[in-house]
Amino acid sequence: MNGNPRATNPIYRRRVWVNRFNLVMSLATMTFGMAFLIWILVTLFGKGFAALSPTLFTQMTPPPGSDGGLANAIFGSLMMVGTAIFIATPIGIMAGIYLAEVGRDSWIAKVTRFVNDILLSAPSIVIGLFVYAVIVFQFKQYSGWAGATALAIIAVPVVVRTTENMLQLVPNSLREAAYAVGAPLWQVVLKVTIKSVRGGVITGILLALARISGETAPLLFTALNNQFWSTDMGAPMANLPVVIFQFAMSPYEDWQRLAWAGALLITLTVLLLNILARTVFRQKTQ
Amino acid sequence: MSSNPTRSFARQDAIFARSTQFFAVLVLVTLAAIIISLIHGAWPTITKVGPKFFVDASWDPVRSLFGGLAPLWGTLITATIAMIIAVPVSFGIAIFLTEMCPPILKRPLGTAVELLAAIPSIIYGMWGLFVFAPLFGEHIQPLLSATLGKLPVIGALFQGPTIGIGVLTAGIILSVMVIPFTASVMRDVFETTPPILKESAYGLGATTWEVVWNVVLPYTKTGVVGGVMLGLGRALGETMAVTFVIGNAYNISLALFEPGNSIASSLANEFNEASDPLHLSALIALGLVLFLLTFCVLAASRWMLANLAKREGKRT
Repeated sequence: MNGNPRATNPIYRRRVWVNRFNLVMSLATMTFGMAFLIWILVTLFGKGFAALSPTLFTQMTPPPGSDGGLANAIFGSLMMVGTAIFIATPIGIMAGIYLAEVGRDSWIAKVTRFVNDILLSAPSIVIGLFVYAVIVFQFKQYSGWAGATALAIIAVPVVVRTTENMLQLVPNSLREAAYAVGAPLWQVVLKVTIKSVRGGVITGILLALARISGETAPLLFTALNNQFWSTDMGAPMANLPVVIFQFAMSPYEDWQRLAWAGALLITLTVLLLNILARTVFRQKTQ
Repeated sequence: MSSNPTRSFARQDAIFARSTQFFAVLVLVTLAAIIISLIHGAWPTITKVGPKFFVDASWDPVRSLFGGLAPLWGTLITATIAMIIAVPVSFGIAIFLTEMCPPILKRPLGTAVELLAAIPSIIYGMWGLFVFAPLFGEHIQPLLSATLGKLPVIGALFQGPTIGIGVLTAGIILSVMVIPFTASVMRDVFETTPPILKESAYGLGATTWEVVWNVVLPYTKTGVVGGVMLGLGRALGETMAVTFVIGNAYNISLALFEPGNSIASSLANEFNEASDPLHLSALIALGLVLFLLTFCVLAASRWMLANLAKREGKRT
């Protein structure tokens, strides 16, 4: 129209329509994806908040048909996740330092980097099997320690990865300046480079924490579960994910309500840790 | 300190380098230990059942029959369904986030997708069991079997009891879980395209779609495939999202409404109850198969993503 070639030339017209169609499809997929995810969150918040009560934090997991809370499971989860991070942090940071500052392009560093990336996405249930075979089976005892070990194995690659990535962001001039005043490698790393990316390393630890807080599969064969309050890491230990799994799969309505409450607690924790990790990182890099 | 600080520095550095190396090697040893312990645990099955494990579909702990074909089939089929849905959707989301999204929304939407990727999989499983499966069984499955189920050839897929629990449901839940993950990898990959390339295409009069299809996609091809493989690795090994809705039945059927079992869900359901040593070892053998399968997929994915990163490194 009005001599505009776009309106008359069939090739142009086809291109414009193909473009429109595909962009509308792209918008549709975004809406589709978001709709499902909003649906999940709305369900979770609806059912979770309805089941939330102060007794969750004071009472033990009940037998079916009676009232109770999740106190022992929350405590067990905190114990195991805390222990796992306590084990994983130094290992992860040291290995990350090796990859970024010491080994760099050596073959050990290359292989480690590759293996670490594989472990980062390895199926967590297989990690559970592994810990079952080396700890639970040997000691003939499900235990909190076994659960914490499994979680630590999952957390280490996350810390390694972020530590290495963060250290690679450090400008070489900073290292050179430190070397130039005569500092040895270990001082350059511990007093200059690691310090300059402290925020990033903390981000990695928070992300690892978020990752293992919701892990269920590796705890099934390691920590198992415990109906009672227990602070003994050498015995089976209650934990939120396994309790949620067991209660949600049960036919009892009280148990299912508790499962939703637990699911809400876990999701809020994970989301909070993620948001915290982002804000810490943003502050430190500015 | 000795009279020659340089020499003691050298010694300290050697200790420092060795100790960091020790922890790096620890990561390597973990992987080796996982493989060795799984092979060790699976040994009775490897020797007694042998390669028949992969073709034998009879899994009957009471009669001590352990063929791994059914869970292996379930794993592959659910992951396939998940990827069929997740790949185009993630691709669309990634295009939206990189090319179409208004700049103000770019960051919040991108962050939302990343946060959703962080939600624990057990939440997806619970939602699937309590919310999605009943709706799916009541409304969608009858519709599917009445329409697609009547077609020749592919009609065979949409058969079975319309109870909402089954292989198809598990695949769909998996796809919902994998989408945010794959989409954020794809978006990161798309953003490595140099703006100059895109601008030149736009300058020649290309439409947005033509830029994506003819410039961005060819440039980021390996990275996109790497991202998809990463998602596939997740889908293969996912336990909780699947266990809730797959139905826990050892059967091999083309009918997607039928209940089934994946390797991960068999492990989650049976491992603690298994008392017979051969049963335990068969389950560990399944775990070994799963680990090797995901290992290959993840290795391929890392290799592809690393290739993209290398090329980008050369450019700058």
